Amino acid sequence: MIVRILGEGRYDVPDADLPAIEQLDAQLVDALDRGDDIEFATSLSDLIAQVRHTGTLLAPDDVRTSSRVVPHEGATLEEVSSLLAEEA
Amino acid sequence: MSVMKRLSGIVQAKANKALDKAENPADMLDLSYEKQMENLTKVRRALADVATARKRLELQATQLQAQAQKLQDQAKQALGQGQEDLARQALARRATIAEQLESLGTQHQQVETQQQQLETTASRLQAQVGAFRTKKETLKASYTASKAQASIGEAVSGISESMTDAGMTLDRAQDKIAQMQARAGAIDELLDTGALPDALGGGGDDIQKQLDATSKAGQVDAELAALKAEIGTGASEPSASLPPGAAPGTNGGAAAAPPSGNGTATPEGSNG
Repeated sequence: MIVRILGEGRYDVPDADLPAIEQLDAQLVDALDRGDDIEFATSLSDLIAQVRHTGTLLAPDDVRTSSRVVPHEGATLEEVSSLLAEEA
Repeated sequence: MSVMKRLSGIVQAKANKALDKAENPADMLDLSYEKQMENLTKVRRALADVATARKRLELQATQLQAQAQKLQDQAKQALGQGQEDLARQALARRATIAEQLESLGTQHQQVETQQQQLETTASRLQAQVGAFRTKKETLKASYTASKAQASIGEAVSGISESMTDAGMTLDRAQDKIAQMQARAGAIDELLDTGALPDALGGGGDDIQKQLDATSKAGQVDAELAALKAEIGTGASEPSASLPPGAAPGTNGGAAAAPPSGNGTATPEGSNG
């Protein structure tokens, strides 16, 4: 699956590594729901590290689109909340 | 619901919206190319802004550090003069400056991250634009074939997604730059109004004025004592140089005055 880290690029992550990434994504949701800035920052940084570690960075001329998007490295809970508010 | 899925939906929606303007595949390719070039220019401009903001933060940190050091020295000087209140005042100001410095440190870290992300975005866009320029002409040359139309769609969607990412990164960087500029402006204002006395000017530095006044007063006292001492010894010299026998009768009245003048000068002289 192709995962994009905003401000960084796309990574091709093997299906076998998806559960670990989804687990960290769930932690991020939890921190977001509880409004826990510190937990959010830790989960985001772990999630980004996991994507980088298990995925392969796509070349710029590879035009495949991503199916998951990770927030910018260092993005705050407030920033991500306001990004997600654009859904409506 | 998954943050990654929700964000993906938002990015796709933005990417599709950007493509709506183009009516046919060939136009899409040209429009995408133009947008990529525009984005690259914007990212480069933002990079220059980030560098400026960073330099400003560094300059302010240097000024604040100098000011903190100066206040520390003033506190020492005030204590040396026995002015504990003044020393306390200097240290209180130093604490305010230390707070500002700490927050500048955090901002400096943020600006470094911004710079890094923008540099990554710029080099990625640069590589993409180069690859896309070649691809676009090949695709346009054969876009009548239905297969080519599909690959145009694919290429354009991929590019559009990347441009959306670049646009979001740019927006975020610009927000941060604006925040930093506002903060830097507030610190400049503080430095200007003397709430945090300017390290370089020193014009509005009331602590230094008090220290100077005290040390000036001390200097005046010392000079006064020295003058008194000089006058005292000057008055006693003539009587010492008088011939032994001539003094008592003629100078009896005047000789009584100098010792009393001498008497007041001596204790002050030893004080200074």
